[in-house]
Amino acid sequence: MKARPLALFALLYLLVLYAPIMLLPIFAFNDGTVIAFPLRGFTTEWFGLLLETPALHRATRNSLVIAVSVAVLATCLGLFAARAATRYRFPAKTGILGFIMLPLVLPEVIVAISLLVVLMQLGLDSGIWSIIAGHTLLCIPFSVAILQGSFANMDQSLEEAAIDLGETPLSTFRLVTLPLVAPGIVASLLICFTISLDEFIIAFFLSGNAPTLPVYLWGQLRFPARLPMIMALGTILVVLSILLLVIAETFRRRGLRRAGLKDSGGFL
Amino acid sequence: MRDTSSERGEAPAIVTLQAVEKYYGEYHALRGISAEIRQGEFFSLLGPSGCGKTTLLRAIAGFEDISSGSIRLDGRDMEGVAPNRRPTNLVFQSYAIFPHLTVAQNVGFGLRKAQMSAEDKRRAVGEALEMVGLGDFGARAAHALSGGQRQRVALARALILKPRVLLLDEPLSALDKKMREVMQVELIKLQREVGITFILVTHDQEEALVMSDRIAVMFEGGIAQLDDPETLYRRPSSRRVAEFIGMMNFLPARVTGSGSGRIEAEVAGLGRVTLDAGQCPGEAHPGAAAVGLRPESLTILFDGGVAHDREVRGSVAEVTYYGDMTYYDIALDGAPDTVSVSARNMPGRRVLERGETTTLAWDPRALSLFC
Amino acid sequence: MNGVTRALRSEGGKGLIMVSPPLVYALLLLAAPLATIVLFSFWTQNFLDIDRTFTIANYAEALSDPLYRELMLRSLRISASVTAVTVILAFPVAYFISFHVAPQRKSLWLFLITIPFWTSYLIRVFLWRVILAFDGPVNGSLMGLGVIDEPLTFILYNANAVIITLAHAFAPFAILPIFVSLEKINRSLLEAARDLGESKAMTFLRVTLPLAMPGVLAAVLIVSIPTVGDYVTPRLVGGSGGTMIANMIYAQIFDLNDRPMGATLAVLAMAIVALSLLWLIARIRFWLWLAEGRGVWIALAAGIAEILAIRAIFMLGPAIVGAPGTVLGLLAVATLGSVLIFVKVPKGRAGI
Repeated sequence: MKARPLALFALLYLLVLYAPIMLLPIFAFNDGTVIAFPLRGFTTEWFGLLLETPALHRATRNSLVIAVSVAVLATCLGLFAARAATRYRFPAKTGILGFIMLPLVLPEVIVAISLLVVLMQLGLDSGIWSIIAGHTLLCIPFSVAILQGSFANMDQSLEEAAIDLGETPLSTFRLVTLPLVAPGIVASLLICFTISLDEFIIAFFLSGNAPTLPVYLWGQLRFPARLPMIMALGTILVVLSILLLVIAETFRRRGLRRAGLKDSGGFL
Repeated sequence: MRDTSSERGEAPAIVTLQAVEKYYGEYHALRGISAEIRQGEFFSLLGPSGCGKTTLLRAIAGFEDISSGSIRLDGRDMEGVAPNRRPTNLVFQSYAIFPHLTVAQNVGFGLRKAQMSAEDKRRAVGEALEMVGLGDFGARAAHALSGGQRQRVALARALILKPRVLLLDEPLSALDKKMREVMQVELIKLQREVGITFILVTHDQEEALVMSDRIAVMFEGGIAQLDDPETLYRRPSSRRVAEFIGMMNFLPARVTGSGSGRIEAEVAGLGRVTLDAGQCPGEAHPGAAAVGLRPESLTILFDGGVAHDREVRGSVAEVTYYGDMTYYDIALDGAPDTVSVSARNMPGRRVLERGETTTLAWDPRALSLFC
Repeated sequence: MNGVTRALRSEGGKGLIMVSPPLVYALLLLAAPLATIVLFSFWTQNFLDIDRTFTIANYAEALSDPLYRELMLRSLRISASVTAVTVILAFPVAYFISFHVAPQRKSLWLFLITIPFWTSYLIRVFLWRVILAFDGPVNGSLMGLGVIDEPLTFILYNANAVIITLAHAFAPFAILPIFVSLEKINRSLLEAARDLGESKAMTFLRVTLPLAMPGVLAAVLIVSIPTVGDYVTPRLVGGSGGTMIANMIYAQIFDLNDRPMGATLAVLAMAIVALSLLWLIARIRFWLWLAEGRGVWIALAAGIAEILAIRAIFMLGPAIVGAPGTVLGLLAVATLGSVLIFVKVPKGRAGI
């Protein structure tokens, strides 16, 4: 395959990929209530409106609480799984790890309704904690994927060397493992946070009366008057996501530099 | 080859292995290993890949449990003793240098819990680095070092803790040839300087011969022979050990009689031969056998050489020139395969050509008989 | 040390202990709930009461009612289209990044490609609705350029819109696995092929493509399975012609108050998707094997014959053995055939 037409194709592809998102800031600052061309003028009133909507603030708070909890919980569980995967051999290893990674390929609807049905049967209320549980399930595979890379990059004999030199397994973890895996942990926290923040289906099925940000967004979609505000909100969310990602990527690269390794290109 | 002085032979045992067995599930990795390693000696575990030498080393270090038997260090049984509590330190094959620390931090890593002032620790690190020739490297980032430098950092890091035994897992295998030769000499000097017992694992027999006081040759989980290098070389206890250490020619033979410390045999290519009983490990029984002789045991009589007691004629099949030596593959009358014969290249002495016939002298005392 | 302590202290024991927290979590929150909905699919519901008598009435209804069948088929068709479009478009991009981008720039490209994926999925789907709308940018620019006089109506609120939107959303999912497998190809293999006389195009067909197949297969799986069960996109841009099985499942549970039916549809959907993929992979192996052994035409003929046969059975079956029988029978035969292929036909050169 020749390079030039391919390069053109790739650039076009990127453009199409970003096209929808680029509309967000355009219409977020557009002085008009209809989301259509031609554009009318510049205004920041939609952003202002965002600050005055208590329902939005509640939803945001819920989302943040959930996302932080999910990030911590999923990363912790992911640490266990990643370490088991890279350092130990045990019976049914492939099966167990495959099962833990299953949520990656299951349609979210299936996960959502199975959790919902169980909750209903047990007579429990859905709400924030059930969303946390569902999101964590979804995020663990991502955390495992990231941390597995971190552990695999770390020479196993480093931990043995630390023990040989007199450290306990706990202090070895603190002095050797943690510093070298830290960038992966940070990346995992950020990625899980982002996934949870944006996740819709499970939150939709399980939210009860504690809507998250995406659920709130969904509710607003049928009101044409609210659309510009949604554009503004969307702009903020996109900018936030991109920021978090850039930070995560910086950490990942710094981690590689620290360990003196070469870049193999991306998280996954 | 190391100079074995008699004091070494009488040093107390610092590591005692008794009937050590190890199973990985069904796989029998170590079979009844018993040996004594003496204080202050440079001891090597030598064998092909998979023979269990690294497993044994790691068991001594405490990273592998043994299925039965005992390992004693300084008289204490090490059963259940974790690696961080044993008086040993291990230099890993990959060196395991902590990439997120500087060289000095690496070397001083094991001193963290030591009862020393910060100033003393700094001084100890400096001395350790000097000892391995990396005096100025303290502040360098560890991940930017070459292979040879990493190895020295690993040595310094282990030796600074003054272990009773230093364990080295194939420390030179990752280095290129020149570096390896340099480090062999360095390791010998280092060991002599600090006087600590070294146990080294290697698959390179040349390396073991050069550096060790004693060598344990291992095959398939067991010790085949434990001796000093010279004895291993001149009196291998089995054909397999003979083949593993150095180069050995084998000629088919037939034992015709034995008794009162002498053995009579017919050797293909060499004729009738009378050997001392000590030249045969084990019992010599009549029948088919093999005779082994090293390439240097056959001397090519270049034109003008003195006539010798035992001589034989042969023709040159292959010539391999090494610069300081030349190895000839020579076909002897009556011998099914060629024998490899070495000759020093000296000024005035020419290199024989393929197809030439020549006369070789040999000494029956250099033969080994394998039944 | 007794047996239990020994087992726990062994490497296998320690590994199991280490993996137990996430494993237990997954068992509690994934295995148990999944088992529950399977259970549910065999129960029935009257208003708010769940009748726990074991029954296959739900399955009978799901398999006979043409509405559900149509929805399931449509979901499969949409998913297949999305997968085809996404993977085919993704391959050149992955190839470009792997072969024509400097090593230090590769992670930048990958980073740029994955960023849109990390922004809100909901927002992206919504934006497509905006873009494809009657008075949206697509129509606006096409009319402005004079290409069309009237705004296009077939680009929104139907299956096409769903396909476009999903293909856009899942693009990064397809690029990454293909990229990874392309990266793994040892470049000296390609040089060797050239050295032995092959043209660039043939080298690609004979060396690069087969070696990239595992990545392509992974991309197919990663895109097809989640898209079959997507809810948001059909809801927002699908209109009535683009609803998919997930919308029906939602309707059963929340609107119609029939949780067992929802569960049944979910279980059926998962089973059908899994078996369809099994069928596909088995057939690919089989057809490749035929092509190598007996020639490309025979393989083509076999493929076409089988697909035609399946369509025929699908159309004529219900009249003879009833709808449920047809579907179950087809599934059984397809699965048996697939198992046979996996056992008898060896793995091809493409690693499938």
